[in-house]
Amino acid sequence: MNFPILSTLIFLPLVSSFFIFLSKDKTTNVSSISISLFSSVATFFLSLFLWYSLDINTSEFQFVEEKSWINNYIKFKLGVDGISILFIVLTTFITPICIISCVNSVKVRVKEFLIAILILETFMIGVFCSLDLVIFYLFFEAGLIPMFLIIGVWGGPRRVYSAFKFFLFTLLGSVLMLVAIIVIYWITGTTDITQIYEIQIPKEYQNILWLAFLSSFAVKMPMWPVHTWLPDAHVEAPTAGSVILAAILLKMAGYGFLRFSIPMFPIASEYFTPLIYTLSIIAIIYTSLVALMQDDMKKLIAYSSVAHMGYVTLGIFTLTKQGIEGSIYQMISHGLISAALFLCVGVVYDRLHSRMISTYGGLVNYIPKYSFLFLIFALAALGLPGTSGFLGEFLVLAGTFQKSFLAAMLATFGVILGAAYMLWLTKRVIFGVTNNSEIKKINDINKSEVVMLVTLAFFILFFGFYPLPLMETFNVSVNSLINNYETALITN
Amino acid sequence: MEYAILFLPLIGSLIGYLGRSTTKYFAEISTSLFVSISAVLSILVFWNGIQNDIYGNYKIFEWISSGGFTANWSIKVDPLSSIMLVVVTFVSALVHIYSIGYMSHDPHKPRFMSYLSLFTFSMLALVVSDNFLQLFFGWEGVGLCSYLLIGFWYKKETANNAAIKAFIVNRIGDFGLAIAIFLIFFFFGTINFEETFQVTSQFAEKKIIFLGFEVNLITLICVFLFIGAMGKSAQFLLHTWLPDAMEGPTPVSALIHAATMVTAGVFLVVRCSPIFEYSQYALNLVTVVGMITAIFAASVALVQNDIKKIVAYSTCSQLGYMFFAAGVGAYHVAMFHLFTHAFFKALLFLGAGSVIHAFKDEQDITNMGGVRKKLPYTYTFMLLGTLALTGFPFLSGFYSKDAIIEFAYLKNSTLGNYAATIGIFTAFLTSIYSWRLFFKAFHGPYNNKKILIDETHESPLVMLIPLVFLGIGAIFSGYLFKTTFIGHYSKEFWQESIFFLNEIKHESIPLWFLLITPILVLISIPISFYLYISKPKILEDFKNTNMPLYNFLLNKWYVDEFYEKVFVNPAKKIGSFFWKKGDVGIIDRFGPDGISKLVKIISNKTARLQTGFVYDYAFVMLLGLSILLTYLILK
Repeated sequence: MNFPILSTLIFLPLVSSFFIFLSKDKTTNVSSISISLFSSVATFFLSLFLWYSLDINTSEFQFVEEKSWINNYIKFKLGVDGISILFIVLTTFITPICIISCVNSVKVRVKEFLIAILILETFMIGVFCSLDLVIFYLFFEAGLIPMFLIIGVWGGPRRVYSAFKFFLFTLLGSVLMLVAIIVIYWITGTTDITQIYEIQIPKEYQNILWLAFLSSFAVKMPMWPVHTWLPDAHVEAPTAGSVILAAILLKMAGYGFLRFSIPMFPIASEYFTPLIYTLSIIAIIYTSLVALMQDDMKKLIAYSSVAHMGYVTLGIFTLTKQGIEGSIYQMISHGLISAALFLCVGVVYDRLHSRMISTYGGLVNYIPKYSFLFLIFALAALGLPGTSGFLGEFLVLAGTFQKSFLAAMLATFGVILGAAYMLWLTKRVIFGVTNNSEIKKINDINKSEVVMLVTLAFFILFFGFYPLPLMETFNVSVNSLINNYETALITN
Repeated sequence: MEYAILFLPLIGSLIGYLGRSTTKYFAEISTSLFVSISAVLSILVFWNGIQNDIYGNYKIFEWISSGGFTANWSIKVDPLSSIMLVVVTFVSALVHIYSIGYMSHDPHKPRFMSYLSLFTFSMLALVVSDNFLQLFFGWEGVGLCSYLLIGFWYKKETANNAAIKAFIVNRIGDFGLAIAIFLIFFFFGTINFEETFQVTSQFAEKKIIFLGFEVNLITLICVFLFIGAMGKSAQFLLHTWLPDAMEGPTPVSALIHAATMVTAGVFLVVRCSPIFEYSQYALNLVTVVGMITAIFAASVALVQNDIKKIVAYSTCSQLGYMFFAAGVGAYHVAMFHLFTHAFFKALLFLGAGSVIHAFKDEQDITNMGGVRKKLPYTYTFMLLGTLALTGFPFLSGFYSKDAIIEFAYLKNSTLGNYAATIGIFTAFLTSIYSWRLFFKAFHGPYNNKKILIDETHESPLVMLIPLVFLGIGAIFSGYLFKTTFIGHYSKEFWQESIFFLNEIKHESIPLWFLLITPILVLISIPISFYLYISKPKILEDFKNTNMPLYNFLLNKWYVDEFYEKVFVNPAKKIGSFFWKKGDVGIIDRFGPDGISKLVKIISNKTARLQTGFVYDYAFVMLLGLSILLTYLILK
């Protein structure tokens, strides 16, 4: 294919952010909003076209673009397969929703906010398309900057602390990854991952390199015990920031494990499996219990995200068909569900300016539409069958069961806790008695909020009943991932 | 037709809810109509099955496929599921109609009707599944609807708590079911019922190491399946949610917490009879838990005063009967009791609802009494329900409950004999508490202080008609279906849907054994009347001399308190501890906050070195020079 569709996809948001920069909105921001909305929707359709034209019967990278960059040392190489395409579509799907949500929630510097979101989109799509370690690293880390600004400029009262905490944690991890990339180049003479896949990285290096990558991915994931930045970042971030953070940024690490850690360091991946199991299980149980006790809605959802990501890491490192497929499914589904939940918090926050659970209660009496949707999302988050949240979790657990009974039992136990904190949240916010007189004046969701939330609810339910479009997309790629891993283990 | 049975309630639920604002009665009429059609079709399917042997397995579409982990959305109609279809849709349709009257003053009636229909759909999806995953979907789906309906009056704090409790205790059961499914998938490589059952016998002797213990695979699977069943069917230790669930509107209690959802556990065990049959150990566990539940719940029911809670404990106890029937290997008898129980227990609940309605939301039986002439129809139906429940000769409960006791006896094992003894004793207790409820509610003096006796009123026709149907079921369902379910034609009827490894031979039973239960049931009527109405003083004295026992029963053996202390509070404490000490106290303190503080301290210290005074710098230079020189000289 001659048309550089992936580059277009990546740079379309960047280019349109430049147009927004040039636009001369002073008070209304109409043109910046419309430009950004138009471009992000266009990007979404382009990614759908990409998905449609992708051949899902092969695990080869497709739509590959390759350009020499720095003196032939580093190539600008892009490509997609059945796994990455879904993350790209998720990104391009969530971004327009974020932009719509800005209209209600961002009051100052709207233009700059939109620019930040679009630049962030470019970087995120870049992460999922990169086939070169250096390019991947650049996109992966560059994403920090707009996110840092989104939290630091548009955030809540403790935004500076949170922004720095976020930055410190993530940067610390990525420095080690950079060193690892340099070492890989030194060993193999290339940073092109398709070539690295072919070359076996010597056993003695694998463990240390794997750990270096882990340090970056674990922070981004986030895995216990480097998860504490997430609740703070979410609490202070504006709604759209939280949505992107939870829906997409957290998925980059899971994707990283699948794309880099496992294929490049199969021996180390096997060696460290117990470590990952332990951390995942702690994440699931520990953060679920912590979530139970939160009095801030955003913090609660943030902690629940950590628990959900625990299932993802658990599933990936079972290296079974069900485990990995479940993890990918869980990531996509969590992208939708957590986005929806953060939007829901945003809706009431815009109206009453409080995230505290105790502020609310009895919302169903005054805003029934909102409450109905909130209930759907809460049920999806606790993994009710018929929503997308169930299948991911269930497949992960079925996969884990083949490797470790104990890990699977403990992780399944986490499902009970998940129900406990989600239902308790729902009870205290949606049902119960209203003590706060301001709630009586609250307005139900407006048109743009209906559009966002209903769309998300639709897909959450649709993929709960009919997951095959997603499962078929990554089926072959996952098979070959597992095959390659197993062959690599046998040859050693 | 099978598709229609399954999807009509769902469609009814959706259009009933969406069209609720069109006309006043839209939601209730559409939901009731759709469920009623579904009920008529179910009866047709059931009839077709008995008469013409028409069964089938229909695939709707593929749900999930990940390696060998494949499941379809499916409709499996076999003898077992066709019975469940009839029970679910028939009771559901009547409860829908009853609710039109019962909920007539509630502004949220459309939502209520819609939930009821949604529940019916989930329950149907559960029973017609041909694989474990769709069963799990229905399993949690009914749990959800139960949650929504228990918490329907969401302004009541107690209702909300009961709803959450129901969901979470059920989730503990679901945990067991999920583990069982994973085990089945891992070892058998499939989650389809038929394929699973075909390979089960090959694994009969297989031992595996599970968490450090060597156990029989089949036993392990069965134990986890049974944990699932215990949660849903409110068996001892996981029963605590059922009495609390009575916070929901009464029609919900009749439909979900008596006739349908709570029997899903029994259904699961019967459906999985081809697995259970290979593990005597698991079957014994089922028997023991069933026995304990039967007698425990009956003993608690003796002293409760809330009319719905008595009936709820009674349900719990009857479910115990069904389980020990299954445990001794009499699956068909368990199903028969499930079938008859659905009629008379729904009748009792709806009758109780009618009583509550008459007393304007009074549920305490000590505040009732003396209204048998004011509520003649309700009185009649409650009488019928009570007679059927206690196993009065020739009513439905008589056939099914006595059959359970007989089969336990015929099992001819020690455990079977224990089960039979407990069964007889529990039947006696059942009779006592049922008559206690009945006499206290309708006989004796009028005890209500809030409203005058003349203000109590009989329920409207729309509530009484469903009672008529259920009453007919309570009288005749035992007699009519006895031969089909457990008698001569049972083999032809059940076919492959239940499996016996060693079938219990239906030998002749000594006459004295057959007569014990009916006699106990009969004599308990005058005893109860004497104790509760004629001479209540005797019991009062007995109660006062045995206060610890009374409190033990009144507080339901203190199981709730135990859970609160051992699980709920510690979980909250640990959560706080992890958050305040773990995240904030350790990770943040030594992580980012610690590092940034450290950087600040170090930079402050180094900044202090730059004093700006020449003599300080000169001193440092001198110091450095001397060290360097010393080093060079020594080298």
